[in-house]
Amino acid sequence: MSTTRKVLYFVVTIGVLLLLNQVFEHGVGDFQIRGYEARIVSLIGIAITLAVSLNLINGLAGQFSLGHAGFMAVGGYSATYVTVYHGQQIAGLIGSSLGEVAGAALVMPISLAVGAIAAAVAGLAVGVPSLRLKGDYLAIVTLGFGEIIRVIILNIPAVGGATGFTNTTPIANFFWIFAMAILTIVIVANIRSSTFGRALSAIREDEIAAEAMGINTTRYKVLAFVISAALAGVAGGLSGQLFANPLNPQNLNFVKSIEVIVMIVLGGIGSITGAVFGAATITILPEALRDVDRQFPGLRMVIYSLLLILLMIFRPQGLLGRKEFSVNWFRRRKAPLAPASTGGGADV
Amino acid sequence: MSDASAATAVLKVDAMTKRFGGLTAVRELSMDVPPGALYGLIGPNGAGKTTIFNLLTGVYTPTEGSIHFKGTDVAGRKPYEITKLGVARTFQNIRLFGDMTVLENVMTAHHIRSRQVLLDAVVGTPRHRHEERETRDRAMELLKIFDLDGVANEGATSLPYGNQRRLEIARALATEPSLLLLDEPAAGMNPQESIDLMKLIGWLRDEFKLTILLVEHNMKVVMGICERIQVIDYGKCIALGTPDEIQKNPAVIEAYLGGA
Ligand SMILES: Nc1ncnc2c1ncn2[C@@H]1O[C@H](COP(=O)(O)OP(=O)(O)OP(=O)(O)O)[C@@H](O)[C@H]1O
Ligand SMILES: [Mg+2]
Repeated sequence: MSTTRKVLYFVVTIGVLLLLNQVFEHGVGDFQIRGYEARIVSLIGIAITLAVSLNLINGLAGQFSLGHAGFMAVGGYSATYVTVYHGQQIAGLIGSSLGEVAGAALVMPISLAVGAIAAAVAGLAVGVPSLRLKGDYLAIVTLGFGEIIRVIILNIPAVGGATGFTNTTPIANFFWIFAMAILTIVIVANIRSSTFGRALSAIREDEIAAEAMGINTTRYKVLAFVISAALAGVAGGLSGQLFANPLNPQNLNFVKSIEVIVMIVLGGIGSITGAVFGAATITILPEALRDVDRQFPGLRMVIYSLLLILLMIFRPQGLLGRKEFSVNWFRRRKAPLAPASTGGGADV
Repeated sequence: MSDASAATAVLKVDAMTKRFGGLTAVRELSMDVPPGALYGLIGPNGAGKTTIFNLLTGVYTPTEGSIHFKGTDVAGRKPYEITKLGVARTFQNIRLFGDMTVLENVMTAHHIRSRQVLLDAVVGTPRHRHEERETRDRAMELLKIFDLDGVANEGATSLPYGNQRRLEIARALATEPSLLLLDEPAAGMNPQESIDLMKLIGWLRDEFKLTILLVEHNMKVVMGICERIQVIDYGKCIALGTPDEIQKNPAVIEAYLGGA
């Protein structure tokens, strides 16, 4: 893609997102998006950022992290803290030179940047000691880390402690949520098709051979882990500043981490489109099953688990495997005598 | 040991010992490999040949002794550092990147010669695109040499055994080494494939100005192309010389006939 094309894509994407944001908030004519639906769509966007970023470390680099909720918490609380306690200052400071509108609009990205940096630093602190060792230390260390973060947050009154961070301003809108989801997808996709991405795949496939190819495996694993953590922090920052969606330490425990893992396992570990699909499905599924739950309390979780067990039995590599969903699949299917095996998306 | 002798040899090993608990896998081994040599390392099963390779490439650290590569002490260095200095290897039990294509396997190895910065990749700068193309072209050139360009986009482990071994050599060459270590490259090949490989190894040495260290059980291959052969038994050097000298050496005959 040439640079001009890239700028063009960028501008168009921003334009479309702004337009959709407008529709999202104010509707068009009679068409209005209800608060409930708007909330689900927002949660899907955040889930996409979470799942695609986790895929970088779990899927591409093959390092099993159980701490995504922890990084989400670090980033989320930091970002939300910045907005709640310094948002007006930031808006005023920027507003005095760039105008009031810009001042108000830039609080969100600044808070997200702070969240990303905080989560990245946490990622570095967790990643350096645990990724130097071979084996599954990362899973254990990240699990412990998530719980430690949760306990720490419980004991900080300024961010709400056990009651959650409730006194926030809901400035996470459609635009920022999906801008960050797209940014995450672009970052992970670009990394994957680069020298760095190939090095990560090599580490996943055979660490000894990767070292023999001149790859500093520790450095690359840590780098991937830090990027993944930073993006989880962004997702946290969005989540904490969503309307009526306060951050609560109880919702950011390891069950949340596992939920994100389920998303990428469902879609196919390593596949970006798979992660997007998994994020949407796992966000919608509990909602769709809510009616069932009303009649048969608890059945929702049973169905949910059953679906996952069936998936593990019949398609352990996830719906898409490592492949990416693309329109070419349909073209290929039309061709005479085309092998049907590549179109693995539909057969569950 | 004088620095002058370390400088003339590409690889100079001095009294290297490796113990695994009570087992001494390599015992006071010394090697002196001159530049451009095709140097054979033979010995019965379990003699310690692979362990020597692992020591030379940093997978293991010697318990005692030193390893100098082009005058630099590399004992105890990390494998990736040693590769960067110009030592590449293949593995006895093939270690390809299974879930990647033939082409990607070779492109990955070109990694260390890349000037790419992570940010280039994330943003997708022209420099990044240019380097990607260059890496791809170079990898394809290497694959052509090994007659693997036709299967560039196949999964690496879908290749027949012999081709997997050849792909490992191509991948090792992509790191642009000056010393290449081959651990039983002809294992699992039929006689014709072995002969072809033998010729190819000799040609590669001249073409890429390599020094090659070869571990091989196929005596035809070893005697056919190596100029110097070192025989290891129970981790110790029992003979060193030209193929003719080695074939006549009573200690070698004893080790091979008496052992096994
Ligand atoms: N990591 C290890 N831990 C313990 N013992 C080891 C280790 N690696 C090798 N050994 C032992 O060291 C000895 C030498 O093994 P090595 O693999 O180097 O032999 P080799 O000459 O390559 O044999 P082959 O011809 O069968 O490949 C063997 O007794 C082996 O069991
Ligand atoms: Mg061996």
